[in-house]
Amino acid sequence: MPKITINNKVIDFQDGMTVMQACELADVEIPRFCYHDKLSIAGNCRMCLVEMEKSPKPIASCAMPAADGMNIKTNTELVKKARQGVMEFLLINHPLDCPICDQGGECDLQDQALHYGFDKSRYEENKRAVKNKYMGPLVSTIMTRCIHCTRCVRFSTEIAGVDDIGLLGRGENAEITTYLEKTIESELSGNVIDLCPVGALTNKPYAFQSRPWELKKTESVDVFDGMGASIRIDSKGKNVLRVLPRLNEEINEEWINDKTRFAIDGLSRQRLDKPYIKINNKLEATSWDSALKLVASEIKKRGAENTSAFSGKFSDIESLYSAKNFLNLLNSEFYDCRFDNTQFVAGHRSSYLFNSSIQKIDEADAILIIGSNPKWEAAVLNSRIRKAYLNNNCEIALIGPKINLTYKYTHLSNDISYLNNILNEKSDFLEHLKNAKNPLMLIGSSAINYNDGIEILKICAEICNKFNIVNESENGFNILNQNISRVGALDIGFYSKNFDRDFNGSLTQHIKNTNPVVFLLGLDEINLSSLKDSFIIYIGHHGDEGANVADIILPSPAFPEKTSTFVNIEGRVLQTTKCFNPIGESKEEWKIFRALSQEFSEQLKFNNLKELRQEIVKKFPHLNQLNTLPDKSEVNFAKSHIIDNNEIEYNIKNFYMTDSISRASVNMANCTKEILNRVA
Amino acid sequence: MKHPGFINSIKDNEKDMFEWSETNFLKVKKIIEKYPSGRKQSAVIPLLDLAQRQNKGWLNKKALEKVAETLSMSFIRVLEVATFYSMFNLKPIGKNYIQICRTTPCWLRGSDKLLNIAKEVTGCSLGETSKDKKFTVVEVECLGACCNAPMVQINDDYFEDLNEDNFKKLLINLKNEKEITKGSQIGRLSSNPERKN
Ligand code: SF4
Ligand code: FES
Ligand code: FES
Repeated sequence: MPKITINNKVIDFQDGMTVMQACELADVEIPRFCYHDKLSIAGNCRMCLVEMEKSPKPIASCAMPAADGMNIKTNTELVKKARQGVMEFLLINHPLDCPICDQGGECDLQDQALHYGFDKSRYEENKRAVKNKYMGPLVSTIMTRCIHCTRCVRFSTEIAGVDDIGLLGRGENAEITTYLEKTIESELSGNVIDLCPVGALTNKPYAFQSRPWELKKTESVDVFDGMGASIRIDSKGKNVLRVLPRLNEEINEEWINDKTRFAIDGLSRQRLDKPYIKINNKLEATSWDSALKLVASEIKKRGAENTSAFSGKFSDIESLYSAKNFLNLLNSEFYDCRFDNTQFVAGHRSSYLFNSSIQKIDEADAILIIGSNPKWEAAVLNSRIRKAYLNNNCEIALIGPKINLTYKYTHLSNDISYLNNILNEKSDFLEHLKNAKNPLMLIGSSAINYNDGIEILKICAEICNKFNIVNESENGFNILNQNISRVGALDIGFYSKNFDRDFNGSLTQHIKNTNPVVFLLGLDEINLSSLKDSFIIYIGHHGDEGANVADIILPSPAFPEKTSTFVNIEGRVLQTTKCFNPIGESKEEWKIFRALSQEFSEQLKFNNLKELRQEIVKKFPHLNQLNTLPDKSEVNFAKSHIIDNNEIEYNIKNFYMTDSISRASVNMANCTKEILNRVA
Repeated sequence: MKHPGFINSIKDNEKDMFEWSETNFLKVKKIIEKYPSGRKQSAVIPLLDLAQRQNKGWLNKKALEKVAETLSMSFIRVLEVATFYSMFNLKPIGKNYIQICRTTPCWLRGSDKLLNIAKEVTGCSLGETSKDKKFTVVEVECLGACCNAPMVQINDDYFEDLNEDNFKKLLINLKNEKEITKGSQIGRLSSNPERKN
């Protein structure tokens, strides 16, 4: 291994590293503005200057490749002066308006000025001022503060895949802007706020809300899509003020999507905070006691063995498990999580998992996307596909209606029956699949959400086995589930044969035949008219469609108010952390079912969260393994038939409003208005 | 609220149109062919120049977007290039684009005076276009003809060895659309020593 000397310490480094990376290995911190791990190297801020032996001038360590035998010094007088000089230049045109800047307290410029800067200014001329630019409803700009590091430009081009932001003019006149000040059209746009090392790009909805040191910071997990990105929730009292990404190379790298970041204002709107009973078609507040009594008597009246429960997008394992067990006590098996009718192959966990793991996308060199719009179903995952496209020349093909993705792809067909062609080797794309070293298949739920969904899974599995997408070492058969609840629900068996293949049909039939009590666990995305003859109990946190038709509403906490277990698309078990106590009188779902069971002859056994979790992991030992990928499994389902024609239709129509929280969010409504419904 | 930024104020006039002329379209093809396939963005500067020439010396929004389309680039990338180089004009200019060199050698030899003359004859101050649309006056940095300083570039031609008199005459001739001589105004051959007659 090559060696480099840093401050008289000799260390080994890997070929291809830069001097800055080598310094990091040696635990020497180098100040920086423009350099960012995940972006290309620009080398334009000069803050990272270090001294190199035999070089008359200091060098920019972020852009200089480390070489064997180099002798680097970072603690000399020259380096100190260089840093002070650069800092002084950066501050020449910087307004120094920290007291009114939202970045204050977490600003790279502030911190580095303190550590490496000079304590006074020699600049007496006029500072320049730059007009603020409009960048959309999420990102606010104070462009005079910009130090032209171009991180935002590189992020939008490289990661987000939208050439929207640019640096116009040059020198003194350089300005960052979007083309003609249009909105940044990306689901990842919020990340430029974190990237901007100064307060030039800041969080618009969070403007002037708080200072970073006043916030309670809770490390948690995102629930708005199936990936389970690592996030940090910043809250003050019982308000979530903002959400930031946490570094997690295996899932979200350093990014989160705009829904995760900005839909949180929905958490304080339209909340259900008390139990309600419908009397004469009007919902009236009531006490927990009388609500639960009424539920119990209604269950007894309508036949306990037909009681049904359907889970929604945010249902955690704890709720699902207690609901399921409660229904089992009543001798009912009418529960299901497949409200969107997404199919899977019973007995095969691999038939609903993202088997290859998210990180493996980085290595892919051919991807076949079937019935999925990854940009909307998992925006951060989509940026990985783009990465593969840029780095490995990954060939991408899509079966499903044409959409705007952030990479080039071959459009194969709108019709799912094209899979027959692939299996029978009648497709041009096969060349790429066959030649690829790391081919992946990505199946969206829009491809498998109808009666023949299982057949689709089978034929896909067959294709995978035939063309080496699945082999002993790799499993490229990937299902992209859209919500964080689904995999966990299937894992603990929150489904029933009664609702196989045709969820809506069998649901209507079941309700018609039995007029049961129906629990909706935060589920609004269901054909509510088919529930007409049932007694609906809505357990959830938002007054959305489900609550509107409910006969009884039992309030439950939203995701920042409880600790929950989820399983993400890869089958990784994740746990969220509670930021503050539930709002109003809301109670966790498991407490509700525990209390309800008291009204019946047999009771649920657990008395607190700990006991509940112990019971769960005893039954499902794999849920005990936090943050680990499941073992590789096979995808050998039964032989498939020929697939009939069926036009794919994507089931997400609006990225910004997919669930009860984001539908209640003003930020998301603004995005819908400005980005999606813009009159072109 | 929308803030119309300074730099984003590229002129978008409904009336402005831009399509490659037939001859220029052939040129575009030739230019693109010079670059490796898949790297046609490299042709952005020559294409912007071509578009500017076709469009009376300046680039309107439609022209910028046409160049972007031709090279499959995003609009902002083309605008970045167009705003970076001072040779691209984003506003209409007069028929004679007078670029007065103001860098030290020319300045020592009296470029200030030339500027005053230009203002006097054309009636427009720096960065402006005259009412009759015949002149636009701007200052530029060294154009590499310092040996014959002071000098001025008008459209594509250099005018060297200027002084108040001959520059004034030159401009008046331009104004009256009379013949003018390019290059040195005192008959110097390339950058040979000045001849004392
Ligand atoms: S806006 Fe922020 S991220 Fe973008 S160039 Fe300026 S300082 Fe850098
Ligand atoms: S970090 Fe090296 S030049 Fe900016
Ligand atoms: S200084 Fe005028 S041409 Fe060089």
